[in-house]
Amino acid sequence: MVKKFFKGGYIFLALAFLYAPIFLLIVYSFNLSPDIGVWSEEWGLNLYRDLFTNQDIIQTVVNTLVLALLASTLSTVLGTIGAIGIFYSKQRTNKVLMGITNIPVINAEIVTAVSIALVCTMMAFGRTYASLLIGHIVLCFPFVVLSVIPKLKQLDSNLYEAALDLGATPTKALYSVILPEILPGIFSGFMLAVTLSLDDYIVTTFTKPATFETISTYVYNAYAKGGKSSSAPALRALSTIIFLVIVAVVLIKNFTSKKKENN
Amino acid sequence: MSALKFSRKQLGIPYAIFLALFVVLPLLLIILYAFTVENSAVITNDVSKFSFSLENFKNFFTQSSNIRAIYISFGLAIVTTAICLVIAYPVAYILARSEMRQKNILLLLIILPMWINFVLRTAAMKELLFKIGFYDSNRLSFLNTLIGMVYDYLPFTILPLYSVLIKLDKNVLEASADLGANDLQTFFKVVVPLSNPGIVSAVTMVLLPTTTSYVISDTLGNGNVTIIGKLIENQFSTMFDWHAGSAIAMILLIIIFITMIFTNKFSDVESENVRGGGLW
Repeated sequence: MVKKFFKGGYIFLALAFLYAPIFLLIVYSFNLSPDIGVWSEEWGLNLYRDLFTNQDIIQTVVNTLVLALLASTLSTVLGTIGAIGIFYSKQRTNKVLMGITNIPVINAEIVTAVSIALVCTMMAFGRTYASLLIGHIVLCFPFVVLSVIPKLKQLDSNLYEAALDLGATPTKALYSVILPEILPGIFSGFMLAVTLSLDDYIVTTFTKPATFETISTYVYNAYAKGGKSSSAPALRALSTIIFLVIVAVVLIKNFTSKKKENN
Repeated sequence: MSALKFSRKQLGIPYAIFLALFVVLPLLLIILYAFTVENSAVITNDVSKFSFSLENFKNFFTQSSNIRAIYISFGLAIVTTAICLVIAYPVAYILARSEMRQKNILLLLIILPMWINFVLRTAAMKELLFKIGFYDSNRLSFLNTLIGMVYDYLPFTILPLYSVLIKLDKNVLEASADLGANDLQTFFKVVVPLSNPGIVSAVTMVLLPTTTSYVISDTLGNGNVTIIGKLIENQFSTMFDWHAGSAIAMILLIIIFITMIFTNKFSDVESENVRGGGLW
């Protein structure tokens, strides 16, 4: 009994540590004080109103989402092509390609970031949306490859040959035999790419055009300057909304996967 | 047979071109920049005007502040990793071994913060440190950075440990007890060695980002904590000396390479996909 109490207590403490900062932001998103730490007598939804009237922040959110969707879609296409190409190539090619694919995973993000900046400058398109997109793709595609390859390993190799024997062209066999089988891997790779792209700060800051901001760079600029807690209180409201959206997404995902298991 | 396989292999060609252009070439450029300097005072980025030089490396190693940054980076990263492991191991173990019905919900609660923007979470931690007064004192800058790093990477430590511990065979633990080991002996001589792959992947997931990612030390360190990643950023963004920046990046690359050889000895090849393992 005592043991159980300690175990429960320990988990509770760990969770409290993980959620304390987030809950603090949520509470203060309804308080009108400009700085956290100073309670204001006034409570209200002003910060939320600021958020929805602040063109900068709205633009930032749109930028982040569009970039994440674009980069992860392209990474997914590239990663899937790559995974199939790697998996069915000769062992030596396989090893070399796999080794290079792993480089951005192992490498420090700052090194990836500056190296992409260098290559884009050399190719004379400098810091544009293209360089930003390339940076994010390089960040994400290895994880798509790493999610798809295990599915290819599980695939029955006879299926593809059977399709060819039954008269399918190789392209047709690829589309209607291999692709449906590895779809779960492609999907989880895509979701991983979205999370990585949404989360990224370092690659973004080195490859983005000067006036382009994502949530990461915007929040960083508002917070990284010392002295104050934040230069943009409306970000508290934004954090609260992001947190609630994520809770909703995770709950829905969990609920639907439970349903599938029950079936 | 080989003719049939051709169409699948072909897909590797555009992929290989992408790898060459945006993974291999950028790293080669880093090496090129690291070993050269600009001839003129203005930045041209014109490769034909570069000349070979070891000056970048010499400058880096002769400045004591740079050496200090390396020590700080590794010190912070190692302490963060150790604290994360010490906090995370019991959490993962309790969750993996418990029969609690709420187990899945608790696990979900632990990995939920992983989806929230990393910079935003760090910002939230800054607000909390402000609230409790830690941020006011310059003496606490390192502690604040440490708290922020542990906070950001704790879920990333719990998850790989949990996924290894959940697969642990109960019979092994019972066998250990039957053979006369007490709980503590079973834990340290059976459970911990069996969970080694989880520990290794947790360490690789925490150690490298905490050494180089300067977001946390910038946000929480109040300007007092400079890590190696920040040095590179300084050279590229404020000094505009890409050659010096590349030299530091190359030093970092070498360190990463050595670390990888070291950790590969301890980890299974199959424990890939560490960063996203189990997230989706």
